[in-house]
Amino acid sequence: MATATHNGAVPAIRAEHLVRRFGKFTAVNDVSFRVEKGEIFGFLGPNGSGKTTVIKMLTGLLPLSGGAAWVEGLDVRTDSESVRERIGYMSQSFSLYYDLTVGENLQFYGRIYGLEPARLKRRIDEIVQLNGLAPYFDRLAAQLSGGWKQRLALGCAMLHEPTLLFLDEPTAGIDPVARRQLWDLLFELSAHGITFFVTTHYMDEAERCNHVAYIYFGKIIADGTPNSLRELPEVQPPGTLRVEITTPEVTRALRFARQLPGIRSATIFGQSIHALIDDHFDLHELREELLKNGIAVGEVRPLAPSLEDVFVELTDKHQALLEAARA
Amino acid sequence: MLNIFRGFGAVFYKEALHVRRDAGTLFFSLTMPLLQMFLLGFGVDTNIRQINTVVYNADGRRESRELIDRLKNSDTFHVIRYVSNDQDLNDAIIAGRARVGVKIPVDYSDRLLHNMSAQVLVLIDGSDSSVAGQAINVTTAIGLDESLRRVLPDRAAFAVDMRPKLLFNPDSRSPNFFLPGLTAIMLLNVTTFLTAFSIVREKERGTLEQLFVTPVRPFGLLLGKLLPYLGIGFFELCLILFFMRFVFLVPIHGSVLLLAILALPYLFAALSLGILISSKANSQAEAMQLAFLPILPSVFFSGYIFPRETMPVIFKPISYLIPATYFINITRGVILRGAGLKHLWTDGLALFLIGTVLLILAARRFQKKVIMA
Repeated sequence: MATATHNGAVPAIRAEHLVRRFGKFTAVNDVSFRVEKGEIFGFLGPNGSGKTTVIKMLTGLLPLSGGAAWVEGLDVRTDSESVRERIGYMSQSFSLYYDLTVGENLQFYGRIYGLEPARLKRRIDEIVQLNGLAPYFDRLAAQLSGGWKQRLALGCAMLHEPTLLFLDEPTAGIDPVARRQLWDLLFELSAHGITFFVTTHYMDEAERCNHVAYIYFGKIIADGTPNSLRELPEVQPPGTLRVEITTPEVTRALRFARQLPGIRSATIFGQSIHALIDDHFDLHELREELLKNGIAVGEVRPLAPSLEDVFVELTDKHQALLEAARA
Repeated sequence: MLNIFRGFGAVFYKEALHVRRDAGTLFFSLTMPLLQMFLLGFGVDTNIRQINTVVYNADGRRESRELIDRLKNSDTFHVIRYVSNDQDLNDAIIAGRARVGVKIPVDYSDRLLHNMSAQVLVLIDGSDSSVAGQAINVTTAIGLDESLRRVLPDRAAFAVDMRPKLLFNPDSRSPNFFLPGLTAIMLLNVTTFLTAFSIVREKERGTLEQLFVTPVRPFGLLLGKLLPYLGIGFFELCLILFFMRFVFLVPIHGSVLLLAILALPYLFAALSLGILISSKANSQAEAMQLAFLPILPSVFFSGYIFPRETMPVIFKPISYLIPATYFINITRGVILRGAGLKHLWTDGLALFLIGTVLLILAARRFQKKVIMA
């Protein structure tokens, strides 16, 4: 079978050389990836890089300009009807009917999927239980806070027991507590074998995924587990060391550090600077050097690259390649 | 599943909830037409009576005064002023104080007495064609009648005696003429707006996109949206008919049941039009503007105000594309002429076909509708 992997399992998503053009603009350019069943797949990238377009192609909202994709083993080009039965989709705008109550929203989405009354009732009970919606059941959706709207939207997307859920920026505009609660819920559901395809801007959320891909200007420039990405040679070239320099004067320190020989790159992270340095560079020496130039330095210590470091590093490299190609 | 109407029940359920929640809009859309009905029913009279008239009687003798009395007694003219020169006569018309100016020359009585032809000048403001037409008809008729009276011996019968008889609206009551047509326009108004808004709202909210990732089929979605509003339109029709019959005392000569049945394909066509409009519009403001588009042609080309018979040849085909054309024929047919199914089934069929074509067009647009990232 075309969609089987080496170990015989059908992946939740297999995308091969996806292309989507809008007129002359290529929004998605030769994108290939696969998502295994039960994974939480984080799909990252700046705004306008093509994340939502990929989701729309996989859910059958947008026809493909090129390439092929299989969702739960079904070809999205020919079988989008069956694909829709198996997937759930939660868009950025939550897509709830604000003049309907929580219960009515659930009723409606359940009926749309053709759940027969007994199953619908059971599923609504389960979802209300799981998402903690019981106290709000008779409240209008418009009166819910952002976090509860999002839980309701997730509930609506799950009523028909999809095996794969697409969540397009599910945590945009949600307070941190609600954000954490949502992720706890995703882990719980993932443990039940549901696959998640999540787009996000938050790096802490990316760290929680078991598989991430980074899309930049319509191309995927990183794809793997968070740990495997941290070990990429482009991110951590041999003979280099990543350090964190804490200082109250980040901008001055950054300007100075960038001039030092042996420092390959440096970026501000809050009250510290993350720098990639040659590994023969002595950390004490570096600290002395900064202090000598009148920069108050707290600590200088080695650091494992964060995903943010990974993506900053990769986009810089990619940007340089793009510019070189243009020149 | 083969079911091309998939999702219909769910959408219907939801749409009915929307309608119930938003009682304000419902009330507004039901009462607006009634308001229009009261304005037109009480405020507009198409029968032209009591046209403001100035008279310059240069003669002043008995014959001339008799002529003026005959003009007044026709109920068509209302003499507001007597003037004594041509200038004042002209000015009264130019200023808009009078629509008609009558000048009786100084030798009017003399010429009549000598069996010569006497001329009377009638100036008519042509800026309103129906007023002008009425003034021409009545003054000509009075002139002819006056001449015959002088030529024929007393009590002689006319050689040809035309006896016009107004069928269906013998008293020429304006509400009888206006309200059946207005029914069609009002129903179009309400239903087009309601459906157009119900879909555009979902576009704005993003829920339409959500629906497209569910297994709901375009026809299921559209019919589910359409039917609740068909119910509202139907209720509106009943309200209008009730007021027409019992407040404006328009007699309904045909079968109310037939009218109700033939209203269904009309409502279907109007609702499909609303859906087609909503497939073009991306915001409620845009939908509002687009929903106004079909109203003007429906008012002017459907025969509601101007008879279709006098339309220039190029516009006539347009009138056949307008649902209101058929439904106005149906309402006037049933209400005024007592027409039955055998007279009106072609209009019903035409409406059903128009509605089906519009709905298919809308469904195709929704099917192909691509939501950009």
